[in-house]
Amino acid sequence: MAAITLEHVSKRFADGTVAVNDVNLTINDGEFMILVGPSGSGKSTVLNMIAGLEDISEGQVRIGGRVVNTLSPKDRDIAMVFQNYALYPHMTVRDNMAFSLKLAHADRAEIDSKVNHAAELLELTELLDRRPANLSGGQRQRVAMGRAIVRSPQAFLMDEPLSNLDAKLRVQMRTTVARLQNQLGTTMVYVTHDQVEAMTLGDRVAVMRAGVIQQVGTPEELYERPRNLFVAGFIGSPAMNFLPATLEDGRLHTALGDVTLPADVRSKVQQAGAGRDLIMGIRPENFEDAALLNGKRDEGLTFSAVVDVLESLGADKYAYFHLQGARATAQELEELAADAGTRDAPGGSDQVVARLDPASQAREGRQLQLWFDPHKLYLFNPDNGAHLTL
Amino acid sequence: MSTRTVAKASWGVGNTIIILVALVPVLWLASLSFKDPSTIADGSFLPREWTLDNYRGIFSTDLFTRALVNSIGIALIATALAVVVGSMAAYAVARLRFPGKGVLVGATLLIAMFPPISLVSPLFNLWRQVGLFDTWPGLIIPYLTFSLPLTIYTLSAFFREIPWDLEKAARVDGATPFQAFTRVIAPLATPSILTTAILVFIFCWNDFVFAISLTSTLNSRTVPAAIAFFSGASQFETPIGSIAAAGVVITIPIIIFVFFFQRRIVAGLTSGAVKG
Repeated sequence: MAAITLEHVSKRFADGTVAVNDVNLTINDGEFMILVGPSGSGKSTVLNMIAGLEDISEGQVRIGGRVVNTLSPKDRDIAMVFQNYALYPHMTVRDNMAFSLKLAHADRAEIDSKVNHAAELLELTELLDRRPANLSGGQRQRVAMGRAIVRSPQAFLMDEPLSNLDAKLRVQMRTTVARLQNQLGTTMVYVTHDQVEAMTLGDRVAVMRAGVIQQVGTPEELYERPRNLFVAGFIGSPAMNFLPATLEDGRLHTALGDVTLPADVRSKVQQAGAGRDLIMGIRPENFEDAALLNGKRDEGLTFSAVVDVLESLGADKYAYFHLQGARATAQELEELAADAGTRDAPGGSDQVVARLDPASQAREGRQLQLWFDPHKLYLFNPDNGAHLTL
Repeated sequence: MSTRTVAKASWGVGNTIIILVALVPVLWLASLSFKDPSTIADGSFLPREWTLDNYRGIFSTDLFTRALVNSIGIALIATALAVVVGSMAAYAVARLRFPGKGVLVGATLLIAMFPPISLVSPLFNLWRQVGLFDTWPGLIIPYLTFSLPLTIYTLSAFFREIPWDLEKAARVDGATPFQAFTRVIAPLATPSILTTAILVFIFCWNDFVFAISLTSTLNSRTVPAAIAFFSGASQFETPIGSIAAAGVVITIPIIIFVFFFQRRIVAGLTSGAVKG
């Protein structure tokens, strides 16, 4: 087990594109680090550079204090799990898992005991003599993990290991991964584009965009104190609502109504030197059905809107509505919409979503009184995306 | 009758015709090889009198048996070399980016297009100068030249189909690039390597142009060339029966080769490697 350090690491491809730009990241010994970002953000490239499958254009990668820049993958003592599993189809499950040990010339008894132990851990014992072709997706996934475990490597690298599984299995495997990492205590670098996986699995999460790390922190930090518009929009499900807002004499004019900013927030915005036009962010879970409030109604702001669509999930209800002039524009938001595939969808970005208590009596097509707490607002500078109320 | 049965029936008829067109000359050859010299021109499809004299005849002379040994040896060595060198080259073409790759691939294609006959006289002179004339390597080298393009092209197409992640997985598992090739990629490519081997073997086995021009004695003359030197009992007699018998004998290895490897050409050997 070892810490992994990346210092000013960049990746430039032959055609001049910069896939990874000056990444600095320290992954502590035994830590579960998630690299998350939309496709093309360079997260897999970072992983491949740690593994030694891609050359490092600039900077240094250290595993356990040793600079590994020029070492080939086999000398780095790391194990990797691939998105499409990459099992050797001509070998049985046992041989797949034993392959690395055989290459390392381990003796038979040791190979057997390690493979059997890993198989037990992953409930693969009955499948040891099967070929990958005769396994289900979830079983193949577990074999891929088993192949990584038997080596007891310095670190595990996982490249979107769950994204090929169907939704139910993915949730189940997520807990398997979490349990495994707890048991083994091995340093883990896990790449995903799924922010739910990122939030639930990671000790810390690094959000990447266009080859640059936007923010590194615990899931709570990223959720509560996103450093910029991109992180705010990426973390959280459903995503944060963004609305244009104008600041005038300490009052914020928004499509939800006018908000008087608390004094400390006002001074922060002034210090940041942003203009009058801002972007306001509010998470769906910070709205509430005004009819269900007891007494605290005066502390916040109430507005009404017509509910377009109501999704009832049992434990929650999601109300979608449109507001006049609710379309906020910024480069980051465009990118997020493009990644989610909603850029061209009708009613995409000027739609606002609120998570309501299941007791809410909201109906589709009816007016609904909604309440929110102005202390839970986020304000962003539309020019550079910086979070102003941090 | 439904359109489906009509389609099936017409396919059946078509297939039968094609098989007949392909098989009748072979059967005719086999029939000739069993005929007595006196009845060889009787035009009957089945021999009136069966005889093994033709086979006894060709196997009793050095001319044919030595040629058979030469043919087998030269074709097998050329095939083995072509497959080993070709698969490594194909792997490099499929996987690596290196300067001059386009030129290499283009040159390979160029060689494949080159008419072999135009090489015969220069090679004849060259081989006599360097002492390769009438030797095994003297035939193996030109065979390699013309079979490598085929090998490289078919195998690189196949290697491209093998998921790259398998190789990355092997590298991370501790394999050197060479081990990744020999222990993961090559076993997966076995069906296509065998297919290519059959094609190369048939090419070497059947070659007449190089065999007749670059050999002069029993040292290295292969069967297609040796057949041309068959003689009848007298100079007025054409050795049709012997030629037919030799033709049947040299067809047998090809048939065995194809049947043997056909069982291994299993589709879907790569299934299960990745989520499909």
